[in-house]
Amino acid sequence: MTKTDKKHFFSRLFSGIPVLGWLLGVLIAVLLERYLGEALAEILGLPKIPVLFGFVIMLKKPALIPGSLAFVILIYILPIWIIARLSAPATNAAAGFLVRRSVGLSAMIHLALLYACIHIWSDISAYRVLALKLTLISIMLTLSLNVVNGYMGEFSCSHPGFMALGAYVCSIFTVGPFINDRFFDQAILPLFLAPYIFPVALIFGGLAAAAGALFVAIPSFRTRGDYLAIISLAFMFIVKSLIENLEFVGGPRGLGGQPDLASLPTVFIWTVLCVWIINNFVRSTLGKAMNAVRDDELAAAAMTVNTRNTKMTAFLFAAFWAGVAGGLFAHVLRYVNPGTFGVQNLAEVLAMVYFGGLNSVYGSIVGAVSLNLLGEALRPLELFKWIIIPLLLILVMIFRPKGLVAFKEFDPRRVLQPKLKSE
Amino acid sequence: MVFFFQNMINALQWGSFYALIALGYSMVYSILMLFNFAHGDIFMVGAYIGFGVSTGLIALTATGVIALPNWLILVLTILFSMFLTSLVGMLVERIGYRPLREAPRASAAITGLMIGIILETGNLALLGARRVSFPSLIETTTYNLGGVYITNKKIMIVVVSLAIMLALDQFIRRSKWGMAIRAMAFDYLVVPLMGISINTIARMTFAIGSALAAVAGILFGMAYPVLDPYMGILFGWKAFVAAILGGRGSIMGACLAGFLLGFIEIFVAMIFPSTLRDLIAYSIIMLILTFRPHGFFGEPYSAQLRL
Repeated sequence: MTKTDKKHFFSRLFSGIPVLGWLLGVLIAVLLERYLGEALAEILGLPKIPVLFGFVIMLKKPALIPGSLAFVILIYILPIWIIARLSAPATNAAAGFLVRRSVGLSAMIHLALLYACIHIWSDISAYRVLALKLTLISIMLTLSLNVVNGYMGEFSCSHPGFMALGAYVCSIFTVGPFINDRFFDQAILPLFLAPYIFPVALIFGGLAAAAGALFVAIPSFRTRGDYLAIISLAFMFIVKSLIENLEFVGGPRGLGGQPDLASLPTVFIWTVLCVWIINNFVRSTLGKAMNAVRDDELAAAAMTVNTRNTKMTAFLFAAFWAGVAGGLFAHVLRYVNPGTFGVQNLAEVLAMVYFGGLNSVYGSIVGAVSLNLLGEALRPLELFKWIIIPLLLILVMIFRPKGLVAFKEFDPRRVLQPKLKSE
Repeated sequence: MVFFFQNMINALQWGSFYALIALGYSMVYSILMLFNFAHGDIFMVGAYIGFGVSTGLIALTATGVIALPNWLILVLTILFSMFLTSLVGMLVERIGYRPLREAPRASAAITGLMIGIILETGNLALLGARRVSFPSLIETTTYNLGGVYITNKKIMIVVVSLAIMLALDQFIRRSKWGMAIRAMAFDYLVVPLMGISINTIARMTFAIGSALAAVAGILFGMAYPVLDPYMGILFGWKAFVAAILGGRGSIMGACLAGFLLGFIEIFVAMIFPSTLRDLIAYSIIMLILTFRPHGFFGEPYSAQLRL
């Protein structure tokens, strides 16, 4: 068998399965894990269900490697593949029917399935819920930074600053009225109203971040060049220092006691909303104008693109979503302090953007998910995690300087449509 | 008035660290148009190498293998550390920057950041989380000039850094290598056609910048003798801002901006509560950049040429 034949064979194994089919497979797999996981883990000699696809346990106790590998294969890989493969004709038909009816409806059903998968998956341990929430927030952050650094081709360093603004403003709106705290003596509103106020608080957080972005955008978009990098960096330090000096939000001690509002569905809905809106934004005329400004500002101006307005709008828009992500972040951890939003955070977000790929919604999702997963999976290595991950990033930068999945358009219709067998 | 002069001395000392580090940023930026985000950590590595070399030499003297006076140990430490750190700098260039010469500039910024993290973590893994204290190589003598207290270390730090800046300035202006560097900063595409290898020049720039950072590290270790693996982060980012403030490729500009940053920080801490230091310092920088976006001595240019 030659190499091309082999490749053909492999690609045939996986081709012709629509997203709906994969989702169905994953759903069955997580259900299997939920109901049979304990028993199987016991049979394979594992202390409990491997919490993160066996990575952590494999690094901690090498003796358990065969067991956890078998677990992953039996629970995830085989069921997903078998179900997806067997149901391919049915799911193809269903996907085709749904897409013909309405893309929106189809997208809703896919998302509902996806949510069911991650909900059942994360139900097993609190650790999974937290990791999942933080990953979803990373997706929002990465995507919003990608708008500036990828689609617009600037180099912005102020995302931690926007995130901090969003986190604090949003926290003030929820901690202030609902929790007895230093803002008011008593909670002035009953706690059951909080979930209704939370979206408003998040939007205010985003708006605060966008207002902050105005301070960066006005001086730095007068000329092109690296000023945005410097001014946004200065802005990040200013925000951090400002919060450290504001006594009423706790100063350097941080602000805690946010009500538990960022449940998994809330974070999921906001992330989907963010991906959907940003995807529409970058595919709109304004988004294309942004690309034009990146590639050649003079030519774009000659083609009647108002370059300065385009850049300002995009920058403020990105800052808004960073603020929303910050608000969610504060309510997931239920504590924020200014030290979180420093250079470390900046390095992480930048790494996710450039690892995943510039100018691409797929890339941001891939970057955020893979780096978060990697960070969690390599946790047992402690210090060496911070050597392996940077090394990996350097390698990606050397061999794929634009990131893993760069310059790829995310078209919901193409994603959701049935995949016909390519025979 | 005495108080003012006292702070002036402190600001000069504080500013000379910034200026020395900013020079490295500025040189790399002028030639390759790249931000070398690993530079702050090269400063840290320089300080640690200085620590290693000086403790080694002191130990050798103590055991009687060689007999060196303290001042000679200091000089040797500075020279050795400059050499070793410039090797580190060249290595960083080889790994993180040369493969990315054709890539988008931001990718190289990311590799720089990541190399910085590797240097920090590597240090932590090698030496552990304890802080090491820099050996005191010269006796501290304090002079009292009309109420202003000056230590000989402060004088030495300011004098050494000024001397090094002057030497660098002369090197860039007078020597053939310096001419090549200036030409490369002027036009990065044509100069290789004149038979000057960009790789050589880039390597040399990284080496010089790292050597300067090593000097800054040793001087810092003498003034504040506690080293920790993350000391490079804050210094690095601040010096980076100073380098840009000085203007692209301007040695004078980077030095001036470094000293200016030192002055702002010390005097803000003198007048206001010191927690406001970063807030006010960066606000001033933002204001300056708003009205003078090309820095003090920078020429307006288009980044598009090299994207």
